[in-house]
Amino acid sequence: MSKIKPSKGAPYARILGVGGYRPTRVVPNEVILEKIDSSDEWIRSRSGIETRHWASPEETVAAMSIEASGKAIADAGIDASQIGAVVVSTVSHFSQTPAVATEIADKLGTNKAAAFDISAGCAGFGYGLTLAKGLIVEGSAEYVLVIGVERLSDLTDLEDRATAFLFGDGAGAVVVGPSQEPAIGPTVWGSEGDKSETIKQTVPWDRFRIGDVSELPLDSEGNVKFPAITQEGQAVFRWAVFEMAKVAQQALDAAGITPDDLDVFIPHQANVRIIDSMVKTLKLPEHVTVARDIRTTGNTSAASIPLAMERLLATGEAKSGDTALVIGFGAGLVYAATVVTLP
Amino acid sequence: MAATQEEIVAGLAEIVNEIAGIPVEDVQLDKSFTDDLDVDSLSMVEVVVAAEERFDVKIPDEDVKNLKTVGDATDYILKHQA
Repeated sequence: MSKIKPSKGAPYARILGVGGYRPTRVVPNEVILEKIDSSDEWIRSRSGIETRHWASPEETVAAMSIEASGKAIADAGIDASQIGAVVVSTVSHFSQTPAVATEIADKLGTNKAAAFDISAGCAGFGYGLTLAKGLIVEGSAEYVLVIGVERLSDLTDLEDRATAFLFGDGAGAVVVGPSQEPAIGPTVWGSEGDKSETIKQTVPWDRFRIGDVSELPLDSEGNVKFPAITQEGQAVFRWAVFEMAKVAQQALDAAGITPDDLDVFIPHQANVRIIDSMVKTLKLPEHVTVARDIRTTGNTSAASIPLAMERLLATGEAKSGDTALVIGFGAGLVYAATVVTLP
Repeated sequence: MAATQEEIVAGLAEIVNEIAGIPVEDVQLDKSFTDDLDVDSLSMVEVVVAAEERFDVKIPDEDVKNLKTVGDATDYILKHQA
């Protein structure tokens, strides 16, 4: 048997830079109320959302990703040619082949970096970060670009009063690279496929084949509805608050961090009520800065954590070197939590 | 030992007070969580989870929507408590 030379990676990995892109168009609740019977007060009290960004036709998944990534690469102080892998988490890129990551890797000027998409819903950032850490420590890449990007406005049923106000568009990216110190803790992650009906796409794409549209749901004008994301609100709320608080605690324990050691909490921006209840359930001390970017960004699924991270650092609410707990959770159901040192 | 109807109402009153800030004396059997006590669908989940812990009972998601009044919740807990 021939001897295979082992790969050699970095001792540890860390987030070196973060960048975000929010589409130009800001959509207030008044616009949402044109198609549903609700009120600004109801939307704010149930979700915390005041405005969200919706992408224009030019603000594609790739275009938003490239903008966010450019900022993250500059923030990390590296050159795009040093990136060895590009991992994109999205559920709203409508051309499955090829992966959008390849176009992004090319247009950013990487040197033929490995590039692929993953599907892990609102836990996508944590899944991507975990892959990046593995690639760096194992030695397959020195720097990995992790992107969470969504155009959820394309997957929103604007006539559904339970979800019409919820979703937004945007991209968030981080550069992960080598470190001499641990700066990304162990990931606590998993899936609960027995709860797959809790959050899902209304209709699978293959139902749109010619001849198979007769039983599809119609909108108020009689047109076949495009697939949208739907959820069982109370079930999601219970799972997100009470089950995910346990996962968040496990991630703290795995990293050897107590709530007192923590500076920042960046949960997936699903709903401000979930965030507030998680903070209460986790008994986070007053000094911990909590991301509530959802108020002006809406729920951007895989993009929400890096977008919130970028904003906290930009506003000075969080600073480089802070210890942050991040947790993503969503359709699958899937989840991923870890403790990181902020870039 | 299983809780009595009176104990359950008193317990629910404390929980609703803690979660929604409603005075305990307002929490009566005939009161609707949504219409009378200002407990919305998400706060209701918090009430349910707190009641599960307090009364050692499981209230699955599909049953939560049937608990319209304090009386509904009290009856449910009386029937299902361990």
